[in-house]
Amino acid sequence: MSEIKVIKERPQPEKKIGRHVITVKVQHNFGVLARITGLFAGRGYNIESLTVGRTHEPHIARITIVVEGDERVIEQIIKQLRKLIETLRVRDITDIPHIERELALIKIHTENDRTRDEIMRLVNIFRAKVVDVSTDTYTVEITGDEDKIEAFISLIKPFGIKEMARTGTLAMVRESATSKILPGERFD
Amino acid sequence: MEKKRGADIVVDVLLHEGVDTIFGLPGGAIMEVYDALFDAPFKNVLTRHEQAACHMADGYARATGKVGVVIATSGPGATNLVTGLATAYMDSIPLVAITGQVPRHYIGTDAFQEADVIGITRPITKHNFLVTDIKDLPLILRQAFYIARTGRPGPVLVDIPKDITQQVSEYYIPSDEEVKESLPGYNPHVEGNPVQIKKAAELIRKATRPVLYVGGGAILADAAEEVTKLARLTKIPVTTTNMGKGAFPETDPLSLHMLGMHGTYYANMAVYHSDLLIAVGARFDDRVTGKISEFAPEAKIIHIDIDPASISKTITVDVPIVGDVKNVLQKLIKELEEKPVEWVAARENWLKQIQEWKEKHPLSYRKSDKIIKPQYVIEEIYNITNGDAIISAGVGQHQMWAAMFYKYSYPRQFLNSGGLGTMGFGFPAAVGAKIGRPDKTVFAIEGDGSFIMNVQDLATAVQYRVPVKIAIINNGFLGMVRQWQQFFYDSRYASVCLSVQPDFVKLAESFGAVGLRATKPSEVKEVLAKAMEINDRPVLIDFVVDREENVLPMVPAGKSYREMILTPKQKGEAETMYLVG
Ligand SMILES: Cc1ncc(C[n+]2csc(CCOP(=O)(O)OP(=O)(O)O)c2C)c(N)n1
Repeated sequence: MSEIKVIKERPQPEKKIGRHVITVKVQHNFGVLARITGLFAGRGYNIESLTVGRTHEPHIARITIVVEGDERVIEQIIKQLRKLIETLRVRDITDIPHIERELALIKIHTENDRTRDEIMRLVNIFRAKVVDVSTDTYTVEITGDEDKIEAFISLIKPFGIKEMARTGTLAMVRESATSKILPGERFD
Repeated sequence: MEKKRGADIVVDVLLHEGVDTIFGLPGGAIMEVYDALFDAPFKNVLTRHEQAACHMADGYARATGKVGVVIATSGPGATNLVTGLATAYMDSIPLVAITGQVPRHYIGTDAFQEADVIGITRPITKHNFLVTDIKDLPLILRQAFYIARTGRPGPVLVDIPKDITQQVSEYYIPSDEEVKESLPGYNPHVEGNPVQIKKAAELIRKATRPVLYVGGGAILADAAEEVTKLARLTKIPVTTTNMGKGAFPETDPLSLHMLGMHGTYYANMAVYHSDLLIAVGARFDDRVTGKISEFAPEAKIIHIDIDPASISKTITVDVPIVGDVKNVLQKLIKELEEKPVEWVAARENWLKQIQEWKEKHPLSYRKSDKIIKPQYVIEEIYNITNGDAIISAGVGQHQMWAAMFYKYSYPRQFLNSGGLGTMGFGFPAAVGAKIGRPDKTVFAIEGDGSFIMNVQDLATAVQYRVPVKIAIINNGFLGMVRQWQQFFYDSRYASVCLSVQPDFVKLAESFGAVGLRATKPSEVKEVLAKAMEINDRPVLIDFVVDREENVLPMVPAGKSYREMILTPKQKGEAETMYLVG
């Protein structure tokens, strides 16, 4: 046996970068969000969006995280999230039929009656809602998945966006599509 | 229900957890707890620095397998724990750190000695707690111990505001059940998947060039016995990380000693040429793997680990088994015992090849009778202690020599900062270890640079009459950095010369310890013999050694095992040092 020849290279997994939607249920304790964001920052993972809120169970909060990364990174993110003591459940629901929603508030410049009409037309088509009016602005509320909101923004942009706030994505699995055991399940 | 002051509740829970020793240093925010400790029936070690206290608790935990406890005050006391906590975190050592915090109504006001300790220690603890209600205090403390010692162990910090330690409240100590139920998301996997275990057994039967690669997880899980049994049953050679030392006796013919950056030639070659690598409680650290794409390129990999996040983190494995290492190995052994072991014959060639590597490329160094070689000091420490001492090391060349030239035969025998590489760890950890294992001779093998980083705690060792032996491998350099500069920076020795040193003998004496010195090889045995006779206080030996000795073999960072640097003798030849491959 030759002692120094290169045999071959250890096969490396290919890096398929993808957008993943991860939902996390955590105990709603002091500092739990800092723990989660700290985990991302400390390990150099990029968060696209992160939303948190209580659930119907008062001690449990639900987090939706959207991340970009290759499979190894996503796997590490999920494992590291599961490692946190306060984590109850982590699921990557990317490949499971699910609902995604985001809420955006957009303050749009309205120059004259014509632009007001134009904006109203778009608002109706997108089933958005005008929630505040001033002499030269409309503030519009719109919900939908990321694509819908992006599309709306791109159409509205030429009018002039004065201010905008987005919640980030919320996601939930479609119950109608979940009879089988799901990948990424841990409990129950 | 009984009523007690918060500080007394702390002591009560510590007693309930079986704590017999704590390490720490008081201050305003933690004074109530110290007041309660005054009457407590356990050993309360006052250190001279909180970092040292943390390393002592850590050394105590590493040597005994129990949870180490460290106490510090708020602000500067707590921030001084940071390096110690990070050290324990990287090596998965079970610790509970209790810190004082400013009273609740001062939190967030930049009060005197206030620091956001929870925020600061979040990434370097397994978990941490701020106690905001005295009602939660007993449960949180019990949770801290439970989290620290179960699953993949680690340090847990509990930050207690001063007013809570002063407050009097009804309390009771929650039961084990309550503790578990209060942590619904925390369920460490213990049992390995039986299908995966079968698969692993099948791979082991088929392998012709298998290697066991054992890490600190095997020690933490108390699985040394199982590792040894598996290796001997299947005749698989064993290499360990420096954290895994003692999981398999290095005196056994199947031992390959350590692998990786400063691993033996034969361990690295065996791993490089293996067709099956069985990783047991090891995490494929970059100091082990070198260049990932050339790490064990032909091997199938079985990985047994309690932490799912350790699996396929850097290296994709073929058979992952998540579970307690001891539990999984027991099942794997049973599985292997059920079928006869005729496959062992196929490995004769493999063992022969390894034997050949061992004979041709042993761990070696050029001996001298004029100047003390550091490796010689370690060998003589091995001889005089009959290989039975607990060895604790700092970080640097001396640490690697301590790993290479002392042969470890039982678990918890070699203590060093493997993950974080913390200079200043060795000596205080040795003090903690000696307090936990008074039956053992404990040697701190220290660098002149590393030792100075926690030298103040010589006072602690003298005060509590802890008879540790300190062997300083004094080369007048930050030696390991100097070695890298020599190899990779054209011998430009930037900021590595420790041109001002204390007189270590006088230094020891000034603390009330014994100081000895050896400057010639002929004196080494003599001073060691003297040191062995002193059993009522620490003894420090200053070994003035060859200044520019190097640690070899060495796989340069990020390189493959093929690119190992060897000494001529290790290479099996008589010329100057050069690269292989
Ligand atoms: C706290 C800390 N600072 C810096 C380093 C980087 N470092 C690694 S080894 C080393 C030199 C250690 O010198 P010494 O303790 O004298 O040991 P030697 O290598 O000479 O045996 C240094 C500075 C470290 N590991 N830890």
